[in-house]
Amino acid sequence: MAFLEVEDLKVHFPIQGGVFGRTVDHVRAVDGVSFSIEKGKTYGLVGESGSGKTTTGRAIIGLNKIAAGKVIFDGQDITDLRRSKMGARRDIQMIFQDPYSTLNPKKRVLDIVSEPLRNYENLSRSEEKKRVGELLELVGLSPESIHKYPHEFSGGQRQRIGIARAIALKPKLIIADEPVSALDVSVQAQVLNFMQEIQKELGLTYLFISHDLGIIKHMCDRIGIMYKGRYVEEGTPEDIFKNPQHIYSKRLVAAIPDIDPRKREQQVQFRQAVKVEYEQSYSDYFDDLGLAYKLQPVSDTHLVALPGKG
Amino acid sequence: MGNPVLEIKNLRTSFRIKDNYYAAVDDVSLTVEKNELLAIVGESGCGKSAFAFSIMGLHSQAKVEGDIYFKGQNIANISTAKLNELRGNKMGMIFQDSLSALNPLMTIGDQIDEIIYIHNSKLPKKERKERVIDLLNKVGIVDPAFTHDQFPHELSGGMRQRVVIAMAIANEPELLIADEPTTALDVTIQSQILDLIKKLKEEIHAGIILITHDLAVVAEMADRVAVMYAGQIVEIADVYTLFENPLHPYTRSLLNSVPNSNEVQSELHVIEGIVPSLQNLLREGCRFSPRIPWIDESAHEKNPVLHEVSPGHFVRCTCYQQFSFPEKSKEDQYHGVS
Repeated sequence: MAFLEVEDLKVHFPIQGGVFGRTVDHVRAVDGVSFSIEKGKTYGLVGESGSGKTTTGRAIIGLNKIAAGKVIFDGQDITDLRRSKMGARRDIQMIFQDPYSTLNPKKRVLDIVSEPLRNYENLSRSEEKKRVGELLELVGLSPESIHKYPHEFSGGQRQRIGIARAIALKPKLIIADEPVSALDVSVQAQVLNFMQEIQKELGLTYLFISHDLGIIKHMCDRIGIMYKGRYVEEGTPEDIFKNPQHIYSKRLVAAIPDIDPRKREQQVQFRQAVKVEYEQSYSDYFDDLGLAYKLQPVSDTHLVALPGKG
Repeated sequence: MGNPVLEIKNLRTSFRIKDNYYAAVDDVSLTVEKNELLAIVGESGCGKSAFAFSIMGLHSQAKVEGDIYFKGQNIANISTAKLNELRGNKMGMIFQDSLSALNPLMTIGDQIDEIIYIHNSKLPKKERKERVIDLLNKVGIVDPAFTHDQFPHELSGGMRQRVVIAMAIANEPELLIADEPTTALDVTIQSQILDLIKKLKEEIHAGIILITHDLAVVAEMADRVAVMYAGQIVEIADVYTLFENPLHPYTRSLLNSVPNSNEVQSELHVIEGIVPSLQNLLREGCRFSPRIPWIDESAHEKNPVLHEVSPGHFVRCTCYQQFSFPEKSKEDQYHGVS
């Protein structure tokens, strides 16, 4: 049994209309997504804006209401545990995208990082201070910074404070939603290296959500690609980058700019070829509503959304 | 190389903080030729956008010193009225955030029309409309006549960016400045917009300055690259030289800190320390030296200047000769910053 299992997850948002603001229809933000993550691994969820990747992450941790499907964490069904038994979710924490808006500007670092501790553990003031000091040291910030406010830190340092808060309760699963998108490249490297380091140290499992395929490839053991709320392809980084099967994944992989200027011409031709293929075979890969089909295995590790056989 | 479209000599842009002026762009000189795409790379706070805004005269509070020659005419200190004849006309700018670059209360057609009208007020309305439709067509908008009457909020991010580009090229500029034109976009849209800029470069024969933090975008687009750090150019070379033989420690560190999609690195390089703020900037000696503390001080120049190491390849300071990446323990890497 996998560590986290998501089965046919659906999240719908109501569309309100008419004079009385009645619900007239739903946006199917996540429309039947299934995947599983092994303990200690990093699972990457990729997609463009609006593909439903963030909503999936938020639904798992209970920030979005699940319309249908199941979330099984460590053998326990947590689909319906939201709100009522919050204790069950101290093992899952989240790192948010924007380090500037996720930290309360009026709170000191001590209060920010100790908030989860105060929610779940009864610690005395001095114990709490000690724990926060330890956490800050772990994320590479000096323990004196507990009395500082968020604005006194740089973007990378803020993101580390966010990480310190996320690991305060020694969680088992961390959902990282675009954790480095708002950061400069050199700071990005800092945070990514650090996330890998604490993963080893604390035996963490990551659900890594990003639109940056380079980073996903660097970080993840397994990758799922989403499009319009559904999966189009799932596999190892090798499967996805070396042998993408779905036309959407092909286009996504082809769009990544190459760091080698000598390959320019080659890239242009490759992209043109993929574009032509995309236009010609679009209807083979998507149904009448422009949505992806169900996943079919093409190898032991590799799943692709293809129309049903027969 | 003949007559450059843009020639900048010793540009210094300073902002006032309390009672002192601090230079965000410090002594930058460069040229852009016709048909050339010059990329300026650097991290946030390095002065790359301040530099672009200085060329266009968009800073209202800053002190801009130095000379900016646009087709031989010094535009550094000319009146706003004179500058307005050039801006949006022969000098176009593509902004990063297309939603805030467009007026939410005007239709797409009217916004583009306005730019054409300001610079060609004698053109009859009918002809202007034809030009607007033509422009929308040029930037790859599928149904130009329909989009003409739409408002910005009705378009997707990629479409809006196309409109912003259409506005920038409305009067066939000879100089085009693109400030992070694809940063807010998804990869597939990014590649479409970059292709569009490449195509336009061939059509309008303008000199283009592309400002970005993304090295892969530079590798795909640029003819020449200038790397900026702390307000100065630290290295400038043609794109092939820069990626194959990067010399300045900052350039090398940057290239090593991006996850490379071609090979798998176990660990990314981390540049020690943080980008200095404007006030804390080291004004003497090599500005990058605090971030490579393991390099002996004697390796740096007292007053670092750009050295031409091969034709067209300039590197600032002499520290590159002795630079190598440290073999660091992990402990140091994570606790180096606090």
